[in-house]
Amino acid sequence: MSAALAAAVLELVRAAAPDAEAEVRVAETTLALTRFANSFVHQNVTDTGTRVRLRMHLDGRTATGSTNGTDTDSLGRLVASTIAAARLLPPDQGWPGLTPPGPTATAGNWDDATADAPPEVRARIVRDFVAAAGGLETAGFCRTHAERLAYANTAGQEVAAAYTSAAADGIARLAAGPGGVRADGVARQAATAVGELDGAALGTIAAAKARAGADPVDLPPGRYEVVLEPSAVADVLTLLGMYGFNGRAVTEGRSFLVPGTAQFDPAVTVDDDATDPAAIGPGFDAEGTPKGPTPLVTAGLSGGPVHDRRTAAEAGTESTGHAIPGGERFGAMPENLFLRPGPGGTVDDLVAGVERGLLVSDLWYTRVLDPKTLVVTGLTRNGVWLIEDGQIRRAVSNLRFTQSYADALGPGNVAGVGSVPAGVPVSWDLGAVSTPPLRLASWNMTGGAAG
Amino acid sequence: MTEFDAAGAAVQAALDAGARYADARVMSRRYEGMSARNGEVEDLTQSEESGLGVRALVGSSWGFAAVPDLTDAAARDAGARAAAIAKASALVPGPAADLLPVDVRTGSWGNPVQIDALSVPLSDKGDLLVAVTSTMREHGADIALASYEIWDTRKWFVSSEGHRIDQHLRECGAGMNSTAIGEHETQRRSYPGIRGQFGTSGWELVEQIDLPGNAARIAEESRALLTAPQCPAGETTLILGGEQMALQIHESVGHAVELDRILGWEAAFAGTSWLDLSRLGSLRFGSELMTITADPTLPGALGSFGYDDEGTPAAPHDIVRDGVWTGVLAGRDSATVAGLPYAGAVRADGYARLPMVRMTNVGLLPGTDSLEDMIAATDEGVYMDTNRSWSIDDRRLNFQFGCEIGWEVTRGRRGRMLRNPTYTGISPRFWGAMDMLGNPAEWVFWGTPNCGKGQPGQIGHTGHPSVPARFTGVRVGVTG
Repeated sequence: MSAALAAAVLELVRAAAPDAEAEVRVAETTLALTRFANSFVHQNVTDTGTRVRLRMHLDGRTATGSTNGTDTDSLGRLVASTIAAARLLPPDQGWPGLTPPGPTATAGNWDDATADAPPEVRARIVRDFVAAAGGLETAGFCRTHAERLAYANTAGQEVAAAYTSAAADGIARLAAGPGGVRADGVARQAATAVGELDGAALGTIAAAKARAGADPVDLPPGRYEVVLEPSAVADVLTLLGMYGFNGRAVTEGRSFLVPGTAQFDPAVTVDDDATDPAAIGPGFDAEGTPKGPTPLVTAGLSGGPVHDRRTAAEAGTESTGHAIPGGERFGAMPENLFLRPGPGGTVDDLVAGVERGLLVSDLWYTRVLDPKTLVVTGLTRNGVWLIEDGQIRRAVSNLRFTQSYADALGPGNVAGVGSVPAGVPVSWDLGAVSTPPLRLASWNMTGGAAG
Repeated sequence: MTEFDAAGAAVQAALDAGARYADARVMSRRYEGMSARNGEVEDLTQSEESGLGVRALVGSSWGFAAVPDLTDAAARDAGARAAAIAKASALVPGPAADLLPVDVRTGSWGNPVQIDALSVPLSDKGDLLVAVTSTMREHGADIALASYEIWDTRKWFVSSEGHRIDQHLRECGAGMNSTAIGEHETQRRSYPGIRGQFGTSGWELVEQIDLPGNAARIAEESRALLTAPQCPAGETTLILGGEQMALQIHESVGHAVELDRILGWEAAFAGTSWLDLSRLGSLRFGSELMTITADPTLPGALGSFGYDDEGTPAAPHDIVRDGVWTGVLAGRDSATVAGLPYAGAVRADGYARLPMVRMTNVGLLPGTDSLEDMIAATDEGVYMDTNRSWSIDDRRLNFQFGCEIGWEVTRGRRGRMLRNPTYTGISPRFWGAMDMLGNPAEWVFWGTPNCGKGQPGQIGHTGHPSVPARFTGVRVGVTG
């Protein structure tokens, strides 16, 4: 239906404004999420809907409209109001034109069982998580998501995709100790199909980590060697992608990135790849540009950045297929990040090489102090442990850090890249990051949980 | 079929499918946002969405379903599905759930506006943004941005208890910022705040904040910051401007007093709270100067409404009174669990999202001092304003906030401009060190249009009345 809807909107545009350049993106979405806390399901939701987005360039002016109505009246109103808006605006000098015809890089990963998953499927995964936690209090979510996308424009580009995703993410909570603070352990999994989710395995891991978090000690601020578990690495990669590899930020001088220079440790290879079998999402971006594999860091050498059509035109290059819906102000972003595995083995193997340092599960509430240096502050969460002589000695209270994410992965700073990648669900969105754990030479802890 | 009819059909279908309580919201929202960059309009987006969300309570388990169609059949299907989802929730059951008894309400509410923001010609709005970004470029900005946003929302609420309420909220706001790019870092100045200023208001709010009158100043300040001395590290007296105080209230008080967090319902994502319900009414949250209310009746503030999304009429109540923790933000279900007699702070971000506990207008009542009084009374310290970064732990206890600009304060005078000012603290210790508070003339209802919470994610609009304030013994100047 989505392709037909996109074509119908384009026909309306052609009838009302034959000279307009226009593009239409139609997304039919079903999102269901089962949330649990205090070891029971307390929120359980589903919504289905269609979003039609029209962007139009008319008489040198550009406007965008969207609606979730798919009836004739709604679509007619969308076209008329977007034309009217475009005619009232100042000229758009930087209009980059529409994406020319070309095939999608991938039709997406689709799983019927995920798309049609009834609430009982998610509830059973939650039940397994809760049961496996062995009586510890639990909280988290299980999510299924399906989307059919179609894009068409007046330049002749027509692409479509269908994809599904599923995620489970939860904590087990050890009762508060003498200090009144609980110890939380976390486990999470992202996949393209709900059948891959294993609530029992996740609950078991989360509970074991929570129990290992008992009786934490406070450590003083300072620089520590760290082993970051995949969830923590995912945060580093996400902010690098948003701020560092954002083509607009690079063009404007707001990013540290200098493509072609050795800004990262030789152990680091990162790419954005919608065609990877583990990738979640379509094979084209919000402008209908195919999303091929995009090297961002190759053995420490900076690549990228990623572009949409406008930022590419500003930089004198081609779009890499990373326009995001509604991202005109922020610029392009990678959405399928993969940190490629290294020879470092498991988390335990990485820990074994650390003389004194910290094992960190999650980085939480991370915010950028300055986009150019990519100095970030945040806290550890869901488990941090002291490593001595290659052994995990004891749990540590959460720490605040203030650390440049670019420097953290800089030359000489990556002491190990794990061998097994994990799909980490992005907490605020529907995507995922694939990454192994990392051992880093230095991480700047600037305060304890107590101040 | 009217919107009330659709909501009623959904509620009835949920009851028919076994629910013992159900409510439904039909919501219709128009949005318009425009941004300009360096003297050119870069984006205009207009959107509209409407649909119905229905919530069903079966036994002690909840279900929620949303659809964009307002036909009788679609509404009934959504109601039945919400009940079916609630039954699935019972596979992992919890304790008995109930709703705080309330008076059943019927009514209408809408906030007044002087100038309907959607009716202001796009060309006028575009000219404003182009002009201020051009001015900023002329005065030193490497990147000059300006934007406005407008929301026009209508809601129709029906519950199985007999509620029947419609509301019309009109919100808007605008802001601008200048970024200067140096060799090693960037510096930014924003006006009126990090995202602008927003309220339940018409376009008159945008006219009042006077973007043109401040464009040159913030551009020059952003340029000057590149060569200003770094904010020194150490412990000192800290004076915060009103905009940064709004952020301080939002993050370290507003979220901490959300009852769903306190009860553990957000434990895995947004987090919990350091507050323990057993100490409600006795815990010292801050100094005696600290009185914070949650007041959704404040005219023009962004967190104002007539009824929340459970049909509870807007009413103010204390959160902190004279430094003692006295209240929470609650919904009908969480209030029942906690044994509290009030709710009224539940809202949903659109028809497709579950109503949940959200801040209303959580803010400080003013004191008797002024910003100038604070500077004059400070022998050595730092004055900071306009939020730049914010991070706080999952218990809302340990925070580190950065501001766009700071100034030395020495022997009662404002001195040199300082770049990269940050401060850090532990919430009750920090609030306990507040010793001066701005007066009613400095009281501003700051609006935050981007408060994220929930899974699936929801964006909330919250208000934060605040004034400048002074704190002693604060750690400043944390850098990476």
